[in-house]
Formats: sequence, C-alpha cells, structure tokens
Amino acid sequence: MATPKALILRAPGTNCDEETGFAFELAGAQAELVHINELVSGRKALADYQILVIPGGFTYGDDISAGRILANEVRLKIGSRVREFTDQGNLVLGICNGLQVMVKAGILPPLSSDGTQELTLAPNDSGKFECRWSYLRANESSPCVFTSGMGIMYLPVAHGEGKVVANPKVWDHTSIAVQYCDEVGNIEEGYPHNPNGSEQNIAGICDKSGRIFALMPHPERHVIGTQHPRWTREGLKESGDGLQMFINAVNWVKST
Amino acid sequence: MLRIEVWNKPGFPDPRAEGLKKDISDLGISSIEHIDISNVYSLTGDLSQDDADRICKEVLVDPIVQDYRSEMTTGTPKRVNGFSVEVAYNPGVMDPIEFSLKKAITDLGIDNVNTIKTGNKYVLRGNVSEDNLQSIVNKLLLNPVIQHVVTSEEHRDADAHDCEFELTTVDLIGISDDELESIGSHKLSLNLEEMKRIQQFFTSIGRNPTDAELETLAQTWSEHCGHKTFKGKITLGDTVVDNLLKSTIAKATKELDKPWCLSVFVDNAGVIDFDGEYALCFKVETHNHPSAIEPYGGASTGIGGVIRDPLGTGLGAKPILNTDVFCFGTPDYPHEKLPSGTLHPRRIFKGVRAGVADYGNRMGIPTSNGAILFDDRYVGNPLVYCGTLGIMPSNIAKAGQQKPGDKVVLLGGKTGRDGIHGVTFASVDLTQESEDTSASSVQIGNPITEKKMLDAILKARDQGLFRRITDCGGGGLSSAIGEMAEETGVKVYLEQVPLKYSGLSYTEIWISEAQERMIVAVPPEYVQQLLDLCEAENTESTVIGEFTDTKRLELFYDGQQVCDLEMDFLHNGTPQVKREAIWEQPQHPEPDFDSPENLTNDLLNILGSWNVCSKEWVIRQYDHEVQGGSVLKPLVGVNEDGPGDATIVTPRLGSKKGAIVSNGVNPKYGDIDPYWMAASAIDEALRQIIAVGGSLERVALLDNFSWGNPTKPDRLGALVRAAQACHDLSLSYGAPFISGKDSLFNEYEVEGETICIPHTLLISAVAVMQDVSKAVSMDAKKEGDLIYIVGLTYNELGGSHYYSNHGFIGNTVPKVDAVKSKKAMDALSSATQQGLIAACHDCSEGGIGVAAAEMAFAGNLGISIKLDFVPLGEKIDRNDYILFSESNSRFLVEVKPENKDAFEKAMDVTDFAIIGEVTGSGTLTVSGIDNRQVIWATVEELKEAWQKPLRW
Repeated sequence: MATPKALILRAPGTNCDEETGFAFELAGAQAELVHINELVSGRKALADYQILVIPGGFTYGDDISAGRILANEVRLKIGSRVREFTDQGNLVLGICNGLQVMVKAGILPPLSSDGTQELTLAPNDSGKFECRWSYLRANESSPCVFTSGMGIMYLPVAHGEGKVVANPKVWDHTSIAVQYCDEVGNIEEGYPHNPNGSEQNIAGICDKSGRIFALMPHPERHVIGTQHPRWTREGLKESGDGLQMFINAVNWVKST
Repeated sequence: MLRIEVWNKPGFPDPRAEGLKKDISDLGISSIEHIDISNVYSLTGDLSQDDADRICKEVLVDPIVQDYRSEMTTGTPKRVNGFSVEVAYNPGVMDPIEFSLKKAITDLGIDNVNTIKTGNKYVLRGNVSEDNLQSIVNKLLLNPVIQHVVTSEEHRDADAHDCEFELTTVDLIGISDDELESIGSHKLSLNLEEMKRIQQFFTSIGRNPTDAELETLAQTWSEHCGHKTFKGKITLGDTVVDNLLKSTIAKATKELDKPWCLSVFVDNAGVIDFDGEYALCFKVETHNHPSAIEPYGGASTGIGGVIRDPLGTGLGAKPILNTDVFCFGTPDYPHEKLPSGTLHPRRIFKGVRAGVADYGNRMGIPTSNGAILFDDRYVGNPLVYCGTLGIMPSNIAKAGQQKPGDKVVLLGGKTGRDGIHGVTFASVDLTQESEDTSASSVQIGNPITEKKMLDAILKARDQGLFRRITDCGGGGLSSAIGEMAEETGVKVYLEQVPLKYSGLSYTEIWISEAQERMIVAVPPEYVQQLLDLCEAENTESTVIGEFTDTKRLELFYDGQQVCDLEMDFLHNGTPQVKREAIWEQPQHPEPDFDSPENLTNDLLNILGSWNVCSKEWVIRQYDHEVQGGSVLKPLVGVNEDGPGDATIVTPRLGSKKGAIVSNGVNPKYGDIDPYWMAASAIDEALRQIIAVGGSLERVALLDNFSWGNPTKPDRLGALVRAAQACHDLSLSYGAPFISGKDSLFNEYEVEGETICIPHTLLISAVAVMQDVSKAVSMDAKKEGDLIYIVGLTYNELGGSHYYSNHGFIGNTVPKVDAVKSKKAMDALSSATQQGLIAACHDCSEGGIGVAAAEMAFAGNLGISIKLDFVPLGEKIDRNDYILFSESNSRFLVEVKPENKDAFEKAMDVTDFAIIGEVTGSGTLTVSGIDNRQVIWATVEELKEAWQKPLRW
C-alpha cells in the first residue's frame, strides 16, 4: 500500500515536532508538520492521514497546567474531527506534552459522562523538571499497537508534570501500556527509576483498541545509536530502542 | 471581580510547598509545620456564574488533584488560620500566564473578560515569630522589584492611563558644562565630553534636541552598545593601543584568514561553515546587572536575548543548543554579612537556574553545556553568561541589506514599559540603590511569544520574504532600527507599535527593551504574505515604517516629527574614548606549609568544593535531549552522572557531522595575571574539544569579558593583558575568534567600599566534528586498561584549588606553551580518529588528582597511578604539587593494552607517559614519588564528596 502518512500537530510552544517527524520518516512513514490553525481553518484535513501525533513541547507555555490550553483548543475546535478520525480506525500517538494534552482533552482516556477528567498528570514528586533516561517495560497484556513485542526499552524523559494519578475506574476502559522499571524489568522500583512518582510506575497508556496511545518518555529521542547515553562505553548500535514504536505504527497502517 | 483560588487536595502534596519548606529551613527557621500554596486569579469583566464555573472547571482546575473556591468579591482576601500572605506582580510587569489565560478563556467562547491578574497565596502554619515571618516573605516569597504583597483593595489596576502627546525638547544650547554634566549623568550615562559633542552638534543646526534624540544618542553611544572601551585609545606604559578589539582579538582572526569563517564580528553572531551546505552561528552574551536584582527575570531574558542573536544573524539561524555559565557568591555565604540591597547568592543561584531552564526548555533548545563558579566577590554582582548555537543554510550567512522603500516590520511581543534604560544601566556600577532606581530596567520573559516568533521567522526566511533581520535587544527599537538603517535612513511611525497597555510616551516606545521582538526589512510586494504567515503562526507583525535613502533617522508620532538625526552623527559622532591603563603583577604570599603525608582529605575537599562539585542538580533540570541531536551529553559514564568534558550534537539528524561546544573560564588565575588566565581559558576550551574526540582543524572561539570599571587604570591594564593573550593564543592554535562581547562596570559599592568582581573571561568554543561515531567520553571503561598522561606537569599551583584549600593564592600561575600544546592536541586527535582511545579527560581544576578521581567514579572502576612516572617540566619534589598542579595542556588518557604500541606511535611527537591503570578494586590509589601511598579512597566516597554539596 501507499506510504503511511503521519500528521505531526504543531501549536504555539510545540518543540519536538521535527525529531518526531524524523523518527516517522526513519520508520518509513511520510511525516508532515501541520499547525493546529490549519486544521481549524480546514486548510488541512485529518482524513488525509492515518496517524495523528501530538508531539512534545510546552504548548502555550504550559501556563496554568501542562497541555491544558491546547487540550481545550483541540476539544472545542477540532474535537469531533479527532473523534471521527479515531472511530475510523486510525492511529493516535501522544508524546510527553502530547499525553498531557490528550488526557486533558479527553482523547485518552475519554472524559466521564459528566465531562470530568479521570486521569491526570500531576507535578513530579521531586518538585523538579527531570531530564533523565528511564528503563521502560511494555505491558505484554496491553493491546497497544505501538509497543507490541517491545519488552524493555531505554528512553529519556524530560518533564515537570508526569505523575499519573487516576480514578481507578478508568482502568475499565483504559490500559497500562508502558511502565517505568529497572534495567531488568522490575516495575516496583521507586525514584529515580520512576522519575515522577506515577502510580503503578505508569509511563504510558492506551485505549482498549490499542490504537490510541500516549506516553511521557520520548521514543523519538532514541531512534539512532548515538543518542544512547552510554554508547561510548557499550558500543554503537544501529538504531535506538524507540524506533520500533514508529515501525510498529507504520507496519500496522500498512497491514490494515 | 471574580476571585478564584486553586489549591492541591489533601493527599496530593504540592511540591512547591515542600521546596519552600526546605528553603525556609535553609534560612535557619525550623518551626514551620505546614505550608499551603494556592494559585490566585482575579478577573474583571461582565462574567456570569456559569462563565465562572466553566473557567474554573475547564481551564484552571485539575479535578483529580486540585480543589478551588471562586467568588465574586470586592477584593479583600479572606482571613485564614495561620499566617497568610498573597503575592502578586507589580503593575506593568509582564505576566505570561495572563496572556495564556486570556486565550484559554476566549477559546471557551467567553469574551467579556477585561483584566486578569494572577498571584500566589501562602499559608504558613507553625510557631513562628513575626521577625521570622518577615524574613521568609522578604527573602523567599517576594522580590519587591517585580512583586508586592496584596493587602486589600487589590489587585492594583495597572497602567491604564492615556498619554497626551507632548513634544519634549531639552535645552542644551548655551548651557554651562556643569548643567551639561548633570543632564548627561542623570539616566543617560553620558560623560561631559560626549555631552559637549552633542551640544556642539545641535548648536550647529540651530535647535535643541528632543528627548527622543537625546535618548537615542545615549543608547547608541553607551558602553553596552558602543563598546567605547574596546574601540578607545588606551595608554599602557609606553604603548598606545588604538582600538583594543581591532589590534588584538580581531587582528588574529584577520591574520588567520580562515576560508571557513563566513561572517565574523559584523553581525549579531559569528558564523562558520559546517558542511558546505549549512553554517553554524554562535554567540554568548551576559545579563549581569538585571540578574543581580531580579534573578529569574534577568536570567530568562538573558537567554531569551541571546537566542535572538543567531536568529538575527545573516537571514536567520535556527537555535540548536544553549550554553550557560554562572558566577555567584558561595551558597553558604552568611546572611548577616550580606550587603544591604543584595539578594543572597543561594536565592540568586536558584532564581537564575530556574529562569534559564524555564526559558530554554520552553524554547525547545537543549541546554547541554555550561559551568558554575563561586567566589564571594560575586555576591553583589553575579555573572550570567548565556550562549546560543544556531544553524542556517550557508548561502544566507551574511547580513542582508535592505533597499530604500522596504518596510520596517516589527515581529513578536508587544511593547511595554519594561526594560527602559537597560543599556545605560549596564554601563555603570551597581550601587545599593540599584534595586530601587533600576526597577523599570527589569524584564520578565515570555518564551512562548519568542517560540512563535521563531517558528514564523524561519518559515518566512525559507520563503524569502525579508531582506534583512535584526533583534531588538539592549536599546530596543532605538538600537535595532538605528543600526540597521545606518546605510540608508529610515522613517518610523511610533504610534503604529503595538502596546501592552496605553500610556507610553513616544520616547518610551522607542527605547523600551520589551522582550521577544525582532525587526525585518520587507520588500513592499511581500508585506502581505509575511503578515499572513505571521497570523497563521499566532505571532504579531506590524508595519511600523519604511527605509529611505536620506541617511537620516526620522521618527514620527501621530504625524508629528519627534526625531530627525543624521545617521553619520549618530554612529560616528562619538569622540574616541582615551583611557589610561596600568599593569603590575600583584605579589601574593607564597605557601609555607609542608606536603601532608596523606592527600586523601585534600582530594575530598577539592572534589567537594563549590567550584568542582557535581552540578547534576542544575543539569537535570535543563532539557538537554530536545531536538534529538545529543551525542555526548553533559553527564556521562556508567550511571550517567560523571562530568563530561564537552558536549557534541548532530544538528542535522541522520548526518554523522557534529558540532562540539565547550568553554574555558578560570577567574582565579586572573588574580595573578590576566594574560595567563586568558591563555588558560583558551587552552581549557580547546582541551575539552580534543578530549571528546574533536580536532583543532575547525574551531572558532568567542570571548566574553566581564570586568570591573574600565575607567580605573588597573582594571583596564588587566583587560589589555587578557586581550593580548587572546590574540597570541588564537594565532598559535589557529583558532579564530568570530564574535564576542564585553560587560564592563561589574563593580558594586558596600558601605563606601568598592568591590570589583574577579576579572572573568569566558572563552566558548565550537568545533566541527567530521564523524561523531569517533567520540570519546571521560569515564573509565575497563579493568586492565592503561592510564597515560599527555603533557608536562610544572610547579604551577598559583590560583589552584589546592592552594585555595590551604588559604593561599600564590604566584606560579599556569602558563601555556601553545606550540607544544598544539602538537599534543593534534597527536591526540589522530589517535582518537584511529580509535585508539578508550577514555580521555582533561586535567583542569584540581589537576591529576581530580581528573583521575572523576574518571574512576564515572566509570565505577578503580584507578591506580604512580606520581613517580609523571613527566615533569621542571623539578618538583612534592607529591601534593605533582598531584594538584593545574598546569595546562594535559590529559589523562585510557588506552587498551592491545592499542599500546599504536597509541605511543601516534603520540611520538609529544610528552607522555604511562602513569597507571584501571583496576577492579573500586578504589583510587596514588603512590608518591617516594613510593609511599598518598591517596587511598573508594570511588563511592570520592563520588559522595563530589555529589553532596549541590544535592538540593
């Protein structure tokens, strides 16, 4: 089939759009950076893409709370179009600020019947923005398309608000996709393995279909070998651990 | 008014409150039991209860972890149990949240909000005295320069008055020298000679100047913009230096004449070729005085300002890396010794760190290089250096040129009263009153405004919509447009400038240093396209004038001319400054203690000193991974916490070509001889590039002088010596300077006594690396590997950490033999190219001892070395001196046994020796020249000593 097309959503303060585009291109997709204004105005249409990506950044400065303002803009201005896009069986990926936006916009998990949010990303327990590398384990029982078969991976986090706090009933319709762990996959580890204090060491979640997925760590920052923080002592690998996530997405689109 | 308070629910502790509690206990106040912090929002406008509910639920409150109260009120905050204080921004101070919140509320479809003010409410519980509470408020919660305690009747409604136009002229013709001097020194920072020149000029054209004309001249001729000292005529002994910059630093660049230097000393940043297709663009600036009085705002606008330098170079470079170097008083400086009007170094440090991190992180630029230095002479005058590396297509590396008829378009932020007189403020000493008199010079940054502008500019650049670009930095529109239009002339219509609030006079509009603004010269046929593009990127753009061919600076306000100056007088009218300099090397007492038998404690002390200790607390709060290009990070090693020497990035993802960035700075050597301080800084910056696997083939340097008052001959003498070293070393290493900046007048008065900062020259270096897969990190790699030292060790402990540890400065400052050093560096580069090096670390502060310890704990391996094997440049019969000498041009290198012969062959041209090996013992052991053990320490205890001080 034709090359899968990924729409990397830009908004004021988005800043991981280019490297996310690069990761998708490496994985064999065609990536296009599209400003939210272009979607709102109708100059660009979601229907022309198979993957919607909300990349990392500090949209609108993360003023008030991380991702809040873009979340409202997405919900109020293009919410129905995003729903249509997901209903049609396409993929959605949120990274870092993208997860914060998706959670607050009700894309993942959906808002409760009275419109309130059931999961949030609170400030890190350390009270600090943390830029460090974390081991992650993909949850084998999760239906997640992106992390399928991935096992343990090593990816950087860089955020100040990444602590997952959830109303337990959210797990009726949402699945834990990736969890912070140590180098051998133990998911009970505390700080700094769990860099933010997330409950159950949750690093990423997906919907029941596995097609809507978002995580705090940055898979796009580990797609080539030289990005690994210890490659000068452990040797240079051909690709980085995060690349498989993008390849999985591309392959899934190709196979459907 | 609608007043909304938002706080964390029980069970969700607010990390801000925890941090504050720790800061309070650092003040020595231990009786605070509990702190609650609420965000307070006050909105005016015609809002229904339904509107209020939606604003709370859909924008302000996170329902999972937060609770809130909203009420229509007349403004008096409620009484609560415990001590409660509410802090809000002063009128006119930029509040980024206000802008974002307005947008969010408009998105809800609610468009009848008039004003928004934000603040924080702190409720402190515990048995605390009134004095202690006041101390907490003044030292931690509030900076009166930008904030105030909300009492009642608040929030104060800011700024809203209209400005009646009134043309102001200043009577200069015919007035006495005394009167001239008084006008010049009041706010203008112009001396009598300059004022007389202005008087002469206006007398010759038969009219008095307007205030706008006088302000424009003051800004253009200020030390900050005009670099009077560096361009002046300086007498030092028998020699006269005519233009220090051109006769030293720039002269070396000219002589080197590297074909890969694309634009040097002429634009906002220096530019070198990267890979034929793209060019690298580099600039470092200082923002010292603003950071002294408002650390967060001063530092954030410092980084915001330097990001606009590459963006305003050529036709615009994309910023790809930030570097930050700070100099503060020591964090444990006694509160009671603090000069009045001065913030405590710990508070300055925390504020500066937060300002730089918040701005850089939001801009999406990795902050992956830097240094932090401490000396108590920085207490009243900290230094904040911010640098940005950018990349651009090499065919647009040179500054553009507008044509008459091109439109002047202002991009980015709105203009307010922020930062009025910033450049003249930077051109005088700080005094105790600085905090009061300079409040209007303080700016707060809004990174998202800058990010939007950056996105728009790069798009417009790629579509070829403008012919020239520059940034509005110090001096605001006055400097930006005044300099840009020098060759043509310009007309500017000041009433067109978008304002944050009404009430600014035409002069205030013209000289405001409001942040996040740039100027582009746009051909008339592209104006609409540019305005449309900016609108699509949510960035403001306004035509405010046009370039002419009159070579005059003409300003108008509502149709009336308020300035009409000849460009020639504005730019060339200033008299050349003449200054006297003297230089005499100070004589410090020589140490008179014997070498201790055991040096382990000395090593632990040096590792745990503020200057040497781990800066991980700072580094992790910077995003150093964004953009995905990082190859060698600031923290390296088996646990990713060792001190890397230089940082490497690949600006073009997928390409193996890299940029290496490093810095060298050691003001301690300047206390002995600024010449060797400068030479050492250059050597250090280059060593780091070599240590990570780079080469001297294509290295460019930046100089940033932070100095004392140059009208004092001894300060100036020191400056001349440092500049001469820059010339000499640049030539010897073949590394040209491509840009630089000076910040002079870094002195402050405490009770009548003047304290001058240590002369501080920061050298920043950028190198092109052909293949980043050859990079080497400093962490020890494998048991059994050999440890070599490259370079000779001399009895050079003057200004060293070891001497300082024993209370001495000494006089034997480290020197540089650049010819020898270059040979060694070239040999090492060739060895890394051949893959012969497993690890390499440069010897700097703390000499061999610290370098070996850092390699060991970064690799979590032992190292054992013998001082007897260290090749010496002169006779040294003391273990301590060999171990801690800070001689330049030295490296510790780890080599696998199988590469021994090949490595030694590659290093044949230089001095080197095997001094030990990597061991599996988990200890650092050093045996002395008498074969006695002088160091025995586990890597855990070494690392703990190094990490402990800044584990905040």
